[in-house]
Amino acid sequence: MQSSNAINYDYTVAKYFTVSAIVLGIVGMSVGVIIAFQLAFPELNNFFGEYGTFGRLRPIHTDGVAFGFTVSGIMATWYYIGQRVLKVSMAESKFLMFIGKLQFWLYIIVVAVAVVSLLMGETSSKEYAEFEWPVDIGIVIVWVLWGVSIFGLIGIRREKVLYISVWYYIATFLGVAMLYVFNNMEVPTYFVSGMGDWFHSVSMYAGSNDAMVQWWYGHNAVAFVFTVPIIAMIYYFLPKESGQPIFSYKLSLLSFWGLMFVYLWAGGHHLLYSTVPDWVQTMASIFSIILILPSWGSAINILLTMKGEWGQLKDNPLIKFYVLASTFYMLSTLEGPIQAIKSVNALAHFTDWIPGHVHDGTLGWVGFMIIGGIFHMAPRMFKREIFSKKLVEAQFWLQTTGIVMYFTSMWIAGITQGMMWRATDQYGNLAYSFIDTVEVLHPYWTLRAVGGSFYLIGVFMWAYNIYKTATSSKAIEKEPQYASPMA
Amino acid sequence: MDMEFIRNLQGWGYVSMIFFLTIGFYIYIYYLYKSQKGGKKDYEKYSDMALNDDIDDTLVEGKHPQENKKDNEER
Repeated sequence: MQSSNAINYDYTVAKYFTVSAIVLGIVGMSVGVIIAFQLAFPELNNFFGEYGTFGRLRPIHTDGVAFGFTVSGIMATWYYIGQRVLKVSMAESKFLMFIGKLQFWLYIIVVAVAVVSLLMGETSSKEYAEFEWPVDIGIVIVWVLWGVSIFGLIGIRREKVLYISVWYYIATFLGVAMLYVFNNMEVPTYFVSGMGDWFHSVSMYAGSNDAMVQWWYGHNAVAFVFTVPIIAMIYYFLPKESGQPIFSYKLSLLSFWGLMFVYLWAGGHHLLYSTVPDWVQTMASIFSIILILPSWGSAINILLTMKGEWGQLKDNPLIKFYVLASTFYMLSTLEGPIQAIKSVNALAHFTDWIPGHVHDGTLGWVGFMIIGGIFHMAPRMFKREIFSKKLVEAQFWLQTTGIVMYFTSMWIAGITQGMMWRATDQYGNLAYSFIDTVEVLHPYWTLRAVGGSFYLIGVFMWAYNIYKTATSSKAIEKEPQYASPMA
Repeated sequence: MDMEFIRNLQGWGYVSMIFFLTIGFYIYIYYLYKSQKGGKKDYEKYSDMALNDDIDDTLVEGKHPQENKKDNEER
């Protein structure tokens, strides 16, 4: 079976998903920048009638970057890493190749239908689960096809042991499958009661139960879309690009089980001081604090992998992306638990500090890993060196500046907002009206939009660099073992 | 079965589950480090799966050991 000199890894499906990650990244983040400017300058809502309003665009941004950009990045890296660490080529199985391509094209169709339906205002009104039931069924089919691909590739592998990244990809598959199906249990109103259009539905759960299921889903979407698969990426790309073995493979296994066990109980922290049982809130708060341990277990393990090799940080911009991603992972997994402490949450909830937290995680951790991962894959997929190292460096610094502008402005805005909302005069009357806070926060909202624009420009630079790498960069004769070649 | 009994059952079930999973987790940690120290299993070598991941690279731990050995000799 190992007489495989003629066999090469087949990156066809990985390339497809690379393109969709770039395109959907541009779409999702462009919409993000537009709505950030709309928050600072509300008159920008008035273009394109109902289709250009914040309410219509916001789910396109959140779902676009989560289920478009990030999921495409997860798929692209899986179809690359999966083959390599299992030491089996997609070219060895026509069936798996067919499944991979089918999964991609079906995914594109589902994304297109989802975007159009959201733009038309068709939504089930559950955050990050806005899609109506026909789209949900499409998503489930795409996900099942991915499962066939994962376990199919594992089934024909040559390596006996599954590398740690594969564990994380499997967890992503199982976690999202469970969360998505249970949170999207819905009743199609037309078929049950004759009310509404055929594609309309209402949640199967009601009241507090609906809220608890929704945030069990919402928080764990962060876990199984924004954390678990990204750890899978960094456990491959950082060691491979630097040529360093993981600092402690055993710690990677321990952190895995720790993360799996703890994450699922923390979702209730989205519902502190709301009408859910007090014990649910306390439990969520405690588990959120405990969550620091497995998160930092992975992050420290990743940073210690660079022990004695920190010089690479200066010379290799891809290492910069990975190390800063890991640092942002540490930052946001400390910030999240702090926000989940009940007394802190009393100040932080509903303020701009929350999107600040989300974005230092998504832009710094998720975005940088997908961008850095695809940069690593590009020379191996296209057999050409990365088109421009200078452009990679410039992109890195521009985007880092953008992220810092984003989260610092939101920290200041959020804490100011929280303090103003709770301030009272000597008689116990509220000291400020809502519009007072809006006036104070306006400069920070502008700063956020500018920071987001910097990040978006970086994404365009990345797209251009990958395009040039694929089409006109210098060809390489032999695949590099570790550091990626770049001009 | 009244509500009070169900709530008690949920509470004790939850606490017991946390307790046993925590114990299980610590046993797992102990097992990992003991098997590495006793030479039973070398977990750290699995890092090589990422570093030497060319399709022609030697397998870290083959699915079919005899076949792999033969293949490795051929190469």
